Amino acid sequence: MAKKKGVVMIITKQKNFDDLLGMMDGQESVFIVGCGECATTCRTGGEREVAEMSAKLTEKGKTVTGTTVINAPCLELDTRRVLRQNKDAVDKTDAILVLACGAGVQAVAEAVNCSVYPGCDSLFLGNVFRHQHFYEKCSTCGECVIGSYGGICPVTRCSKSLLNGPCGGSVKGMCEVDNKKECVWIAIYDRMKKSNTIDRLSKILPAKKHSAGTIPGRVINGA
Amino acid sequence: MGLRELFDKKEFVVTTEIPPPKGVNAASSLDIAKKILGRVDGINVTDNQRGIMRMCSLAFSHLLKEIGHNPIMQVCTRDRNRLALQSDILGAGALGIENICIMTGDHPKLGDHPDAKPVFDLDSIQLIKVIKEMETGVCMSGKRLESFAKFFVGGVANPFFEPFELELIKIKKKIDAGAEFFQTQPFFDRESLEKFLEDVRGLNTKFLIGISPIKSIKMITFLNEKVLTKKIPENISKRVEAAENQTEEGIRIAAEFIREIKGMVKSIHIMPIGIESYLPYLLDEAGL
Repeated sequence: MAKKKGVVMIITKQKNFDDLLGMMDGQESVFIVGCGECATTCRTGGEREVAEMSAKLTEKGKTVTGTTVINAPCLELDTRRVLRQNKDAVDKTDAILVLACGAGVQAVAEAVNCSVYPGCDSLFLGNVFRHQHFYEKCSTCGECVIGSYGGICPVTRCSKSLLNGPCGGSVKGMCEVDNKKECVWIAIYDRMKKSNTIDRLSKILPAKKHSAGTIPGRVINGA
Repeated sequence: MGLRELFDKKEFVVTTEIPPPKGVNAASSLDIAKKILGRVDGINVTDNQRGIMRMCSLAFSHLLKEIGHNPIMQVCTRDRNRLALQSDILGAGALGIENICIMTGDHPKLGDHPDAKPVFDLDSIQLIKVIKEMETGVCMSGKRLESFAKFFVGGVANPFFEPFELELIKIKKKIDAGAEFFQTQPFFDRESLEKFLEDVRGLNTKFLIGISPIKSIKMITFLNEKVLTKKIPENISKRVEAAENQTEEGIRIAAEFIREIKGMVKSIHIMPIGIESYLPYLLDEAGL
């Protein structure tokens, strides 16, 4: 299993098991797909979690027709190939449960005809801080503005995505929304103060072009 | 008369705040407003304050205007995108509302609809700038407006934000964008106010100094723990706690503070959160 370390990844958490059972109500047999990349690192859809899920579903009376952990389900052609290799088990199942991010779930859905369910909720694009510590720093907004803020992204790290300074709602340096989260504007201020570029913050920055965050919804040629 | 003219004409400008009702019947809120008619220069109409859904500030501002008040329509950028914000501004102009106070607004997670989508399409500075550009006859897209109005546009300032230099940068940006007045967070002691006035000396704008009468010792605990960077002085807590009627004591403390600072500042903004019915008593006690 290729496990890359120190790369940005899609952070997931497993759905509540009872909610998951409710979602798959009426489906007698299940094939489980895991993810060898992000969901393995997050411990939400690696070999171990797939085996645990299989045992829990069996205990609840479901028939698990098979399991597989695909290296990276978001590599769509690989996913199709792996599912073809598991054709017997896949053909027998009422449903497939995918322990991966939403991108992985949909790649699986594209490759099969049966019902496909997400076993995880996709949370954010995370930098890996240390083991099992993830930090959201980029929200793929389509128009990077980090250069105006000393290398720190307020679009992602300010709870209100403000572009012209703090909202003033922070209490003792912590965000009004989450008292465990430092106000990113103080980090921006400290950094720009240190690099002697604080004057740049005096410039009024225009509203974000939300049209740049394309949400393309179709195949985009990256070249 | 709009606030701009009142600032020019009057020695001491007093504004206050009445939230719109959480319903369609505004009678009781308007009753409070009627009792202070002629005694305040403007009434600030909050916009889903603290993220709690109420009647829109545009409609309640209009109702206040109908009974002879000078509304200051608050507009926060939390709930509406740039189209909705601009169309509300046009609506305010059509209804003759002259004063607008812009702010970002508390995050919806703090309010009564925590699952709402936070909008924040524009920030307060960008919206102030947009309104000033609309006054020149174009909307944000660059398209021409068929007609427009002139507004007295302001914002809010947090004197207790640390580092204050960062807050000052933001205040200056709001002024650059076109803000002509600021409502501040409430002050509870003279020393903090003196420091703030020193910090903002020379800025070409008007500060409506925030005054918040204390309702109860419970409110002090809440403000100290959840809202304020600088705690409410202990002598105030002690007085409120010892009082037979905590709200009335809170009103008297606020009135004394207004009298104390009246010579130092040119305008105040009274925020009687939850005790709006005590406004006439507060104005009496403060000699306003």
